Amino acid sequence: MSHEAYEPKLVGFLCTWCSYTGADLAGTSRMAYAPNMRIIRVMCSGRVDPQFVLKAFKEGADGVLISGCHPGDCHYQEGNYKALRRHRLLSKMLEQFGIEKERFRLEWVSAAEGAKFQQVCNEFTEEVRLLGPLNWNGGKNERQA
Amino acid sequence: MSDKPKVAFYWCSSCGGCEESIVDLAEDILKVVEAVDIVFWPVALDFKKKDVEAMEDGSIAVTFINGAVRLSEQEEMVKLLRKKSGLIVAHGSCSHLGGIPGLGNFWNKETIFNRAYHTTPSTDNPDGTVPLEKVEVEGKELTLPSFYDTVYALDQVIDVDYYLPGCAPPRDLILNAVQAILEGKLPPKGAVLSPNKSLCEDCKRNDSKPDKLTIKEIKRPWEVILDPETCFLAQGVICMGPATRTGCGERCIEANMPCRGCFGPTDQVFDQGAKFLSALASILDADDEKEIEKIVDTIVDPAGSFYRFSLPHSILRRRRMEDIK
Repeated sequence: MSHEAYEPKLVGFLCTWCSYTGADLAGTSRMAYAPNMRIIRVMCSGRVDPQFVLKAFKEGADGVLISGCHPGDCHYQEGNYKALRRHRLLSKMLEQFGIEKERFRLEWVSAAEGAKFQQVCNEFTEEVRLLGPLNWNGGKNERQA
Repeated sequence: MSDKPKVAFYWCSSCGGCEESIVDLAEDILKVVEAVDIVFWPVALDFKKKDVEAMEDGSIAVTFINGAVRLSEQEEMVKLLRKKSGLIVAHGSCSHLGGIPGLGNFWNKETIFNRAYHTTPSTDNPDGTVPLEKVEVEGKELTLPSFYDTVYALDQVIDVDYYLPGCAPPRDLILNAVQAILEGKLPPKGAVLSPNKSLCEDCKRNDSKPDKLTIKEIKRPWEVILDPETCFLAQGVICMGPATRTGCGERCIEANMPCRGCFGPTDQVFDQGAKFLSALASILDADDEKEIEKIVDTIVDPAGSFYRFSLPHSILRRRRMEDIK
């Protein structure tokens, strides 16, 4: 890693109604943005189980994004509010595990906001790049062979 | 020796409560003793490691192991017992999920030693002595097992056949397990020997839960006088019931204390703490960012509360080593 430039690995959970469509718009509008995000489409930001976020970090993500409809715009009325509450509580808990708040981000991106998605991806990539790799290993390889 | 099935008990990083749970079988233990030969039980009977080494591989029908694994000696012993046993049962929360000792995974060896041997108010250690793995005394080398930075659940070290959950497992679950083993009526390998549903389903207070359960402020049990009949969550107190397996007999609830999660999650859940976090966040009564943050601030120690018994078995397993100073 030391000889190559470090490229952060990001995982993005995008709701299908707003944010995924917004990301699609960024693509079809040919907006260039950092290619570091692996996008996972979910039905709603409220569908993102905190276990998904932990698993992403464990499997090698350096940063995780949850993105959904703006408050008041949720296709299922209040899924994005649930995502917001979970994000705040999970951020606090992740800090107890030594995972910085900046590695776990929540953004509202509507279907019309291709430019915002572009900006979020670029910003998030640069912020995580500054933090460096997470290299989660969970205490493995310590015991006897 | 008779041809009765051979049974062994062993303890690792634990408090002794699980050993007590065997003794608590009271007169029923006589039935157990009648049906089996106890060939190894360090807490009660004088057998040595070499006695176990001398046994034929697979000759012990079942070994009950309680406690988490945090010392090299514990790892060595459970690997030996695995070789000598037909079945291994993880007995109690620590061996099942890591348990209370597993909270040590928020720290590492250095910080734990520093606290235990230097800075607790009750430490009297003027020479600053700490245990060393090797020390020379009168020309002879003495050794101690090594202490790992991380605590492990039993199945992270050896293959485990069954799990008896609980801190400590209640007597009826132990007796059912012993009976199932003696009669050969065991569920599929890997089963947790307790019903696969959440505690709330059995909880007597379930009916007191409002249709739409919401919480404005989280309180700790000592901050409120708890009503003995109302759902703890409805009283604003963290109760792990929704994310915890039932079968415990609701001993804590009966004593007017909320569930702390010692039975671990149901089969459908990988990570008890994350699942509880998800459930709790859903019922926080606020949609506004600032208000949500205000409620979240009232949850003093989310990781320690939600993973009280299951940190080593969680997805992340421990705090990041680089973060501990």
